[in-house]
Amino acid sequence: MTLTAVVGEIILWTVIVSLFGLTAGLFLLGIDRKIAAHMQARIGPRLRQPFIDIRKLLVKENIIPENAIPWLFNLAPVIALVSSLVILLYIPLGSLHSPLGMYGDLILVMYLLTIPALATVAGGFASGSPYATVGAQREMVTMIGYEFPLAIVVIAIAWRLWAAGVAHPFLLSTIAGNPVWGLVGPLGIVGVVLLLIVLAAVTPAELSRIPFDTQEAETELAGGLLVEYSGRNLALFSLTTAVKTLVLGALIVAVFFPWNLSSFVAMPAGIAQLADLVFFLFKVVLVMSVIVTLVRVGMARFRINQVVTVYWHTFALIGLVGLLLLMADSALAGVL
Amino acid sequence: MKPTPSFNRSLWVYHFNSGSCNGCEIEIVATLCPRYDPERFGIRLVGSPRHADVMLVTGPVVKKMKDRLIRVYAQIPDPKVVMCIGTCGTSGGVFYDSYNLEGPIDDIIPVDVYVPGCPPRPEAIIHGVVVALAKLERLEGGSI
Repeated sequence: MTLTAVVGEIILWTVIVSLFGLTAGLFLLGIDRKIAAHMQARIGPRLRQPFIDIRKLLVKENIIPENAIPWLFNLAPVIALVSSLVILLYIPLGSLHSPLGMYGDLILVMYLLTIPALATVAGGFASGSPYATVGAQREMVTMIGYEFPLAIVVIAIAWRLWAAGVAHPFLLSTIAGNPVWGLVGPLGIVGVVLLLIVLAAVTPAELSRIPFDTQEAETELAGGLLVEYSGRNLALFSLTTAVKTLVLGALIVAVFFPWNLSSFVAMPAGIAQLADLVFFLFKVVLVMSVIVTLVRVGMARFRINQVVTVYWHTFALIGLVGLLLLMADSALAGVL
Repeated sequence: MKPTPSFNRSLWVYHFNSGSCNGCEIEIVATLCPRYDPERFGIRLVGSPRHADVMLVTGPVVKKMKDRLIRVYAQIPDPKVVMCIGTCGTSGGVFYDSYNLEGPIDDIIPVDVYVPGCPPRPEAIIHGVVVALAKLERLEGGSI
């Protein structure tokens, strides 16, 4: 293939995956709100409520506060949305072609995940409101908190794949192609479960959900980072949350539940991809409704100092135990 | 700017207390509870006036709150609806003609819907929202 054809194909798939990411992400938010409502014995909003919210925000006035830095204030939501869409291009969605999958690995995804958060921090500082500034500082503290446990999970999984003799252990397609459950013994299974718990605990903080939503705390900070955002900019931030929800769901599915329907049942190629995509979305909904919706309905918000303690003490410890169990497992299996 | 159909299926509510006795606040919270479940209609309580479409104002507007009320009203992006909850905001209520009042609310900011009552029942507040929605629909139709 010529270079133009390769670039053309990447651009085409980028557009398709972005549109899919926005739609699926907003539906995920709708499902989250519906399930949360049912857990609280309510009827809840319609499934397409997030779409209605976005359309409403787009017709609202877009206010830029007097003491904000206008270019940074307007740029931050764009960067946040674009960078979260970029992450989606690296993650396998079912057995669908991921346009940039072979150009980046899990380490890159980990770094890219910080960019939407950093963009919201920049936007918060640029709004010139004390509430947003406090929110931005809390977001940074939360990021410092959850990056360490997240890194432990990434390293542990990739290290186990490497120990099992898999080539390119950090590539997401490799991780999705070699489910880690099948490589480890009983001790390793316990370790992988612990790592899954750690990644599940990091997810609400990445998405600014209860119990780790101190940076947006409505009751104390009146919306925190987003306090001064309205209209179009707020819509872009809502879309960022939607896409990030899909990204994190897809990441957990790719690392821990990568099985595709087409590998169990023989199907023609076209139908297999569609079936895999539907199955993938089913897995994402299942994973997110447990680790985001159930947790946010069942828990109250942590204070910011508790957030750091929870991540650095509790979940880093759980992650390290998981890592040690994986190492012990491979030592028992005689790989090392 | 004219509101669109998606506007009145997604009303985000900001609550402003201009010196109320907290009776109306308790009823507003009761309205938002699972029993009445306003999220069915896309109604959500938000913490920042920048995110809001509807402003619920309670209380008779004491002197200190007048400037704050004007400021918060200006912070809400257009199009917006103001609902006056309770008798105090409508007329001054039991504080009528008091020395420290600047109100009632419609002396200070334009009010779209009045919900009288001391305090109004949640049903009355929901009825007020329905009236506000009807007004928005008339605005969409261009009959006002």
